[in-house]
This record gives sequence, C-alpha cells and structure tokens, in this order.
Amino acid sequence: MSPDTELEIADAIRSATGPLKIIGGGTRSYTRHVQGDVLSTAAHSGITLYDPGALTLVAKSGTPVAEIEQVLAAQGQMLAFEPMDHRTLLGTKGTPTIGGVVAANVSGPRRISSVGACRDSLLGVRFVDGTGTVIKNGGRVMKNVTGYDLVKLMAGSFGTLGVLTEVSLKVLPLPAAVATVTLPDLPPDQAVAAMSAALGTPFEVTGTWFGPYHHQTPRKLHLRLEGAAASVAYRAQALSKTLDPFGPSQIDTDTDANRALWQGIRDMTHLKDQTFVSRISVPPSNAARFVEDIGQTLNSRMDLDWSGGLIWCSAHENDLADNSQMTANPAHVDPQIKGAQILLDRLQDAAGLDGGHATLLKAPVSMPACALFQPKDPARAKLEAAIRAKFDPRGILNQGLMG
Amino acid sequence: MQMPDPDRFVISRKDLIVARLQDVLPKGAVISDPAETHAYECDGLTAYRCPPLAAVLPSTTDQVSAVLKICNDMNVPVVPRGAGTSLAGGALPTADCVILGVARMNEVIETNYADRYIRVQSGRTNLSVTGAVEANGFFYAPDPSSQLACAIAGNIAMNSGGAHCLKYGVTTNNLLGVTMVMMDGTVVDLGGPYLDAGGLDLLGVICGSEGQLGVVTEATLRILPKPEGARPVLMGFDSAEAAGACVSDIIKAGVLPVAIEYMDRPCIEVCEAFAKAGYPMCEALLIVEVEGADPEIDAQLALITRIAKAHDPVEIREAQTADEAARIWLGRKSAFGAMGRVNDYMCLDGTIPVSELPYVLRRIGEMSKDYGLAVGNVFHAGDGNMHPLILFNANEDGQLEKCEALGAEILKLCVEVGGCLTGEHGVGIEKRDLMGVQYDPADMSAQMNIKDVFDPKWLLNAAKVFPLKTSAAHRGKP
Repeated sequence: MSPDTELEIADAIRSATGPLKIIGGGTRSYTRHVQGDVLSTAAHSGITLYDPGALTLVAKSGTPVAEIEQVLAAQGQMLAFEPMDHRTLLGTKGTPTIGGVVAANVSGPRRISSVGACRDSLLGVRFVDGTGTVIKNGGRVMKNVTGYDLVKLMAGSFGTLGVLTEVSLKVLPLPAAVATVTLPDLPPDQAVAAMSAALGTPFEVTGTWFGPYHHQTPRKLHLRLEGAAASVAYRAQALSKTLDPFGPSQIDTDTDANRALWQGIRDMTHLKDQTFVSRISVPPSNAARFVEDIGQTLNSRMDLDWSGGLIWCSAHENDLADNSQMTANPAHVDPQIKGAQILLDRLQDAAGLDGGHATLLKAPVSMPACALFQPKDPARAKLEAAIRAKFDPRGILNQGLMG
Repeated sequence: MQMPDPDRFVISRKDLIVARLQDVLPKGAVISDPAETHAYECDGLTAYRCPPLAAVLPSTTDQVSAVLKICNDMNVPVVPRGAGTSLAGGALPTADCVILGVARMNEVIETNYADRYIRVQSGRTNLSVTGAVEANGFFYAPDPSSQLACAIAGNIAMNSGGAHCLKYGVTTNNLLGVTMVMMDGTVVDLGGPYLDAGGLDLLGVICGSEGQLGVVTEATLRILPKPEGARPVLMGFDSAEAAGACVSDIIKAGVLPVAIEYMDRPCIEVCEAFAKAGYPMCEALLIVEVEGADPEIDAQLALITRIAKAHDPVEIREAQTADEAARIWLGRKSAFGAMGRVNDYMCLDGTIPVSELPYVLRRIGEMSKDYGLAVGNVFHAGDGNMHPLILFNANEDGQLEKCEALGAEILKLCVEVGGCLTGEHGVGIEKRDLMGVQYDPADMSAQMNIKDVFDPKWLLNAAKVFPLKTSAAHRGKP
C-alpha cells in the first residue's frame, strides 16, 4: 500500500486487520525483519511550505530528502543535522524520504555541535496513530511549549507509535566555506582527547571523525569548521595552534573537497564492503577504552564520529570468520553468522557497561532475524511498552521493532 | 480561573498526611502551619492564589520518592515547585495539595569538561549553573529573563528559552538526561551523557511536561565553550514593517545572530525613562548580537548593517566598547521591570512565524484600541517568540478580566497565523482554557495518554495544561 493522502493513510491503518510494516523509501532497512503488509508513505510527497526568512520548511512525509535539499540549496540553506544516505553503506535501492529520516532520527556529523540531532531541528509533526486517528503536535515555529512535546517522541520512534504524515523542520544557512584540520596517526586515547579539546574551544567545530582503528592502518583525525571564508580561515589557524600538544596538523581550506570528504563521513561510504556494521553510543570520553577493548580481542574496524560518542564497528566477512573461532559452540552454525553474533554480543556488553547501547545496522544476509536494538532494562522497557500500547493499542505498527 | 473542587477527605486527613511526611523527611522540611504555607500560595502569576495543604522541601531523590509514594498511597495531589517564578501559574496550589519544592536540592553533582556536561540537582538556579563552569570558560546556554532566580527544575518543566535560542536552542536542546521520580515513587533515569540515548525519546516528552509526569530531581545539562567575544548593534526603524523585513533579510542572508530582540515605541519610551540607555525614539528597535573573534564580529556586523540600511533605519549604533554594549542591552533587560514600575501588566509569550511580524503587530495595535488597554511589545524577533505586555490596573474592577480577554484574542491571533499559544512560559493555568484553539481533542488525548502512563491517578499538577472539561475523564472526575 502506498496511499497518497493523509486520509488514505488513516483509512489503511484503521481498516488493517493484521500487522503493518511501515516504510518510507525503504533505504535504511531498519524494518527488514518486520512482518506485515507494507504501508509506504512514499506516495504522500511534496513540500507544503518553505519560508526562508523564518528558517522553516514543512513537507509531507514521503517527500524525497534530495528534493528538500535541492529546494533549500537554491536559497542558500540546508538541513543542518545532515541526515546520512544509507544506500551505499547498506547496498539498498530506493529514494530516502524525510519521513524516514525523522522516524529514525537520522543525524550526521554535525550532531556534535550545537545543531544537535534531527529531533532538535524538528518543530512539528502530523501522524496517524495505530487506531487510525490523525494527531498533530508542535507546529512550524522555533519556540513552542504548548502542551506536551510529542515531536521529540515521534523522532526516532521508527514508526512504532504512528505513521508520520507531515514534518516541520528548522533549517539553517548553508555555510559558505568549509575547512578541515587533520592530525595524522594518533592512538585512540590521544585522538579522543584531541577531539574533546577541539570541542572545548570557542572555534565552533562542527564535525569530528577519527579512524580507521583496524590492524596497522594509519589513522586520521579530521575536524571540520564551517562559516564565512575569512572566519573559517581564522578559526582553522587558531584551532590548529590549540592542538599543537597533539602534534602537527594540516589545514585544508578547499571547500568543495571538504564537502565531499564530510559527505563520505556522513554516509560511511568507506564501509560499503563490510558485511557487519553496528552503531554504538557511549559517552564520548569512553570511546578510546571501548575500541581498545574490542580491538584487542576481536577482528573489526572502528571509526569514531561525534567525538567518540558514535562508534561505527564494522567487520569484513573474513573478520567474522576469524571471530567465529573464538568459542567452540555452537559448532554447526555458519561461521559468518556465528562471528557476527559473537561480535554483536561483545559490543552490546561493552556498551551496556557505560550505559550505552549498540544497534545492528548491517549483518550477513543469511543471519536470522534478531533484535536490531539493544534490549533495555526491564523498568524502562515496561514504560516504553505502556506508551506504545497507548498509541497503538492493537500493536500492529512495526511490531516488535523497538521491543 | 476555575480549579477543581478540593478533595474534602484529603483535607480532613491533613494531620495524618503531615505526620507521615514528617516521618520520611528531615526536621523542618515539612511546612503545615497556615501562617507559613501562605508563602507557597502563588508563583509569578500573582493574580491567582491558594494556600496548599502543606509544603515539603526534600533534600534528596530518595526523600522525593518517599514523599510521592505517601501522597500516591493517600491520594493526595502534588504540585511540584522550582523557584516559583512561573508566569503561567504552573506552581499554583490547590487547597488539598502538597507543594513539593526542590529549593533545597541545589548541589552540583559532577562537572565533566571532556564531554562538556554538568550534572546538577534540579533546584539549582539557572544562572548558577553557568556560575559553576564559567571559570573554566564554559556556559549553560538557555537564559530565561528570570535566570537569576529560576530553577533548572522549572526550566525543564516549561522547556524554558531565553534571548539566545536562535543559535543555541531552548532547554530541550541542551538537556542530556534527568533523574526523575514518578508519582508512585519509582525513580527513573532517562538519557545521560550520550548523544543518542536509545529507545523512545522519553526525555523529550519530560521536558516541557509542566511537572505532570514526574518530579525531576537531577539533570545532566550540556555546557558550551564561551565565544571569544560578542557585540550588539542597535537599529531603529520608522515602522514595524521595516524592522520585520530587516529581520527576515538578515536571516535570509545567511548570518545567524545569537539574538535578535525587538521593542516597539511604548516599550522604548518606558525603558528609556527607566534605564536611560539612550535609545532612539522610534516605532521599532532591533538589538542584534553576533559572536566570535573581533574580525569575525566586524564582518558579520558590516553585513547586518548593510542589510539594515536598505530598510531606511533612523539610527544604527554599533557598540564600540563593552560599556556601550552593556548600555544597549540595559534597556532591553530591564524592560519587564520598567513596565512593572509604571503599571500592572500581563505578559504573553505566543510565537508566530517571523514573516507574520508586521501583520501581527498591526492587529495587536488595533485590538489594543478596541479594548482600551495599552500593549507594549518586546520580544525575541529572531525566533518569532513575542512578548506582548498588556497594561492594566489591577485595583480597578473588571480590568483583569478585560486584560485576560484581550490576551486570549492576541494568542488566538498567534495560532491563526501559524504560531502557538506559548513559546517559553508554558500553559499552566493561564493558557489552559485556550488549548482547544491550537489542539483538537484527539491531539490533547494523545498527550493525556502519556500522563496516564506516568501518573495513572492524575495526582501530579493535574489541574494544569489541559482544560478541566477535556481532562475530566482522565482525571476520573467525569
């Protein structure tokens, strides 16, 4: 089903007799194990309002992200939370939609700056809950504390509370210039300390990436600065000087090259040949210890975004096969699957120690369905289940995806 | 303003309730003498008052949990209270309620400069959060006008903003985690020092839930490195249209000032008489502040000035010294105080799309004439968060009602043009009965369903936010 109006989406949900699998463009594959009739928002498309002077854009949920980015760019503006395009990394086809971005709270490298996550740019939503009722929350203005904030709740709810039909977003000016300050070959603890030091300066670093942590490959630390050309040039120099204790750094002020570099980081395209990809969230300062711990015992590659707050742990099929040797049982399982399971378990255990969590983004094709998100503690799980039951009393929306 | 009838049975059990609360709290933390509970009879919305049954001042999360458990068991309504600065009546008691004040919980628990956060007890004042980290070059961004007095607990309850939201966002964008006690005494931790906390974003719902879902006792807040410098420019215009168009053009040009503040003639006159900041007498005044190193500030202000000149300003004054900068801000920062000196006033805080500014100001002017009550406008223009100040005489019969009626009309106008009832003060009781203007019953039902999960008996601050008729079924008072 791909209804093209909110009314029809509501009808489809109200009249559903079994579970529904809710998708946007189907490029992020979070719903890959979800059972049910497919309900896609892709046909419910179009920008309904764009007010550049108020920094706001409203679009129907099925609107392609590319269409929005193009319309914004024509006015020198952007989606500041720079949502990643998952297609290269996951090898998926289709057209990413803005509803999918919001439902998965997809947030790029700029998450580490005061821009924040997708949910921080989300001003309002319209959605259809599990009973087929249309609900709106928030609006199109930047400051709005009228009633409870269900806007944040809907961001990152992966279609389990309702099907988004319209989203209203705060946009920002597109920076005229982008510079990258690069430090070569640091050990993880030094890299995390350097990223933290950079973010503690007033120079408004808007991207921090370190990697890859993998065998003996030389690692790089990239720091991004954005803004007016003269200001970026000044801050790049000042930042480079501040980071002297971590060794010499290079400054690249080629804006086009830097945009390409950071788009690659945003989309994690360099991991496209990996069979296993997981995203791990930990307090940034704990990242160094985390990668050393995992790296010493299991074959994998690690890339750090968000100053270490986001760890991308990935593995090639050969790594997985090696990892499968770690324990003897069960001996009969496919080494790929076994290796992936061992790695995922270790990542979730290690992340859990810090109160963090690991999400499975990509796994061997033959791997049986499993929870993509790390299970939560029972009290928290109960609270979330109670909320889901309110929004979707029949439990038909993306059943089992979030617990 | 209608409030639910107090529960006579609860009131009749006052002595027992107080005794049980005294059992779990330190000496002096339970206030039940009517002579003393008067101190808690209202918050910043002083038009409405009602002394509570009792007030408690716990010092720890465990004590808060014990208090709530007792109140939940005995069906006693609870009204959480930060510093009591709410302008919306968010902490207004009922005669059968226990006020739970967090004023004694004001410690810094942890500062972490590597991950840029601070963890505080929720009774700590907003300004003293910055105070705890500024020696290390950091600050806490949300800066409501009441920041000297207001508590983080209240900031979280109302999702408070301030003057610098255009760049740094409001409380919810700077809140990383909370420790919260639910009505049944259960303590939950939501979020933490993570950039992606996982699961449903319950933290996002807690922030701005006006103390109806739980009592936040500890908060993890994002702190930011202080900018190298900041400098304001003051610009006067002959019309609201010119000033409004200037704001829009600045934003469209790709500059992102940290603040764009607006004052109209009535406000300029009163502020000037009070603060003597040297403001030009004109129809509309903008204060635009930018940040960075000196050359960066120069470049941004040059661009802003160039844009402003296209709108025929009557005056442009760039601060040359720190003293001049302080003088530019002085009038704006003393606006509410200056207004209060000459009149009683009611301060609204509806938000509108910035592009609707000239139309909305013109309509407010017309309404002001119709009602015969003067309205001054001072607000955060960059994000469209208005603050119309309706002047009235509280001692004259019927003036408060007239003022409230005009306020309601103005807020309806805000919603009509695509905005909302409240941008940063919260709904409380003040805007409770206007919720239907912005939200349909189904929209409110979805919100109330959340309260059902966190507080099934509807004991926490239950008479606020939702019109009493709308919430009656949820409150079990059909």
